[in-house]
Amino acid sequence: MLLKRLTDACGMPGGEGEVRQIILEEIKPYVDDIKVDRLGNVIATKNGKPGYPKVMIAAHMDEVGLMVKSIDDGGFIRFEQAGGLDERILVSKPVLVGKNKIQGVIGAKAIHLQEKGERETPLRTKQLYIDIGAKSKEDTEKLVKPGDYIAFDSEYVEFGNNLIKAKALDDRAGCAALIETLKHNYDVTVVAVFTVQEEIGLRGATVAAYKVNPDIALVLEGTLCSDVSNVPEQSYITKLGAGPAISLMDSRTIFPKNLAKRIYDIAVKNGVDIQYRLPSSGGNDAGAIHTTREGIPCTAISVPCRYIHSPSCVMSKDDFEGLKKIVKLFLEDIKEGEYIRD
Amino acid sequence: MINKDLLKRLLETFGPSGNEEAIREVIREEIKGYADEIKVDALGNLIAVKKGNGKKIMVASHMDEIGIMVTNIDDNGFIRFTNIGGVSPYTALYQRVMFADGTMGVVGVEKIDNMKDLTLSKMFIDIGAYSKEEAMKKVNVGDVACFYAPFVQDGDYIMSKALDDRIGCYVAIEALKALKNSPNEVYFVFTVQEEVGLRGAKTAAYGVDPDMGIALDVTLTGDTPKAKTMEVKMGKGTAIKIKDNSVLAHPTVKKLMIETAQENNIPYQLEILEGGGTDSGAIHLTKSGVPSGVISVPCRYVHSPSEMVSVKDVENSIQLLVKVLEK
Repeated sequence: MLLKRLTDACGMPGGEGEVRQIILEEIKPYVDDIKVDRLGNVIATKNGKPGYPKVMIAAHMDEVGLMVKSIDDGGFIRFEQAGGLDERILVSKPVLVGKNKIQGVIGAKAIHLQEKGERETPLRTKQLYIDIGAKSKEDTEKLVKPGDYIAFDSEYVEFGNNLIKAKALDDRAGCAALIETLKHNYDVTVVAVFTVQEEIGLRGATVAAYKVNPDIALVLEGTLCSDVSNVPEQSYITKLGAGPAISLMDSRTIFPKNLAKRIYDIAVKNGVDIQYRLPSSGGNDAGAIHTTREGIPCTAISVPCRYIHSPSCVMSKDDFEGLKKIVKLFLEDIKEGEYIRD
Repeated sequence: MINKDLLKRLLETFGPSGNEEAIREVIREEIKGYADEIKVDALGNLIAVKKGNGKKIMVASHMDEIGIMVTNIDDNGFIRFTNIGGVSPYTALYQRVMFADGTMGVVGVEKIDNMKDLTLSKMFIDIGAYSKEEAMKKVNVGDVACFYAPFVQDGDYIMSKALDDRIGCYVAIEALKALKNSPNEVYFVFTVQEEVGLRGAKTAAYGVDPDMGIALDVTLTGDTPKAKTMEVKMGKGTAIKIKDNSVLAHPTVKKLMIETAQENNIPYQLEILEGGGTDSGAIHLTKSGVPSGVISVPCRYVHSPSEMVSVKDVENSIQLLVKVLEK
């Protein structure tokens, strides 16, 4: 299953190779041209009819994770973050280190040994280490070197009310939806861009958008979902199971209202659940894309993900199906000459 | 003479970042007939060209103002919101806000014991609705509002919301009207989304590809009781920027401005702004680099509904801009 393959694969920012390989295999039969640019973005073009606009659709391949910083005398691995993580979630998580996916666990001083003050404050990254079961520094060094990526070891699981738990749903959900989108034919030209290094500052999208120079752009994402205990309803950014979410504003983009409303209305007309993603901090590839060159109209549609940026992201299969439907409906709705600049 | 009617229209028109349609139309109407070409780009920047054979100069003033966006409407019709640009909870409290359709509201706050705990998330907008349904007839999630405060001008001072940066737009418009024989090709760009990160100026500068950039904006002053130390004073002349957090004014542009001011006896001050930035921050990093500077209007109480500038400073800014563009 595609989403399982994509989420089980590892791809930290700058190390997206494994994910890229899966995507290249999957999309090959459905596109007219594939390029991998110098930063590692996959740029795949599916030609449409002349006179129709060029639509760039972006989904990022990278996920948040960790990177090996050093190996201490006991053979334990010290690490730093690759992308924005809540360090309070790290302790005791199983991880996979390096290309060979060496199994390890994030360790810390046992609670029995902690002073009272220590127990009351969350463990910081610098107090944690990864234990790969090595006997010595030399033992670890045979398998691991500084700069190796570390991914969470968390398998794709289906559970509950049509829900999925996996790591990296941000943004393999977007990647999967984009791959599925390429399986249909459209009047518009679709340029699917699977970007690198989104989690550390929208870097892949910055150069890809410059290269592609589309008439209009769409970003597919996994996004915050805060419809959980202890959060007042007014602070829900999105709700799980209420359909894909169209962005209004985040810290990198104010999304064009007419485009958001058009997509919202298309969804309603076709009986697809849809919601607005409320303004919040954070940003996605749209932030880089819409300020490219002379400016590009750009919108973002996301699958709500609870516990995002953790090993256990949770999303609804219904929302994912909704995202695929709404992207297809929108592409089919674009008319000849629309969005084309003179 | 200050054009009070134009100022009133510029200052009282609605236009938070990303929602510049109405203010763009006001400006477009006003400059029609003075520019050789007028266009709007993909992000909504209004670009007016005054043709010439010399260097390409981009003059940027931003149309957008700070505001709020609706995030939630509760069962009793109270509206939760978030900021667009730099909105302080302390200045927002009990201010009136105006939505695009003219709907008015007031910013209220939950019971809090210590004013230090004041945050926007504890505040709400009351539009006088008694239920969610009633509120939603006028306001929906994603709608935006600006702060509301009528324009006042008396003697040498102007007091209003959105002087940041409609006063820059005013300076640009009046300079465009006054500009008779410029040897240069001048692009008057009225930018969008400055308050959220110089976004409009970035794409406009890429499109214009100028030889020199001049931003027009307000700057802070150090002349109020126990103010943070700053040389700039309201009423003491137009301010020529040395630096802020977004740009170090290019030596040639700075020199051009200072010499022009001296030659024409235009009162000026040198501005070193320790926080904030303006459109020149985006313009000067465009493509392979654009020498850029800023002409600022000293402004008290920036980002409040009662910003204040001096008429004399505004007139001096217009004069300096015209003389620089004619050089």
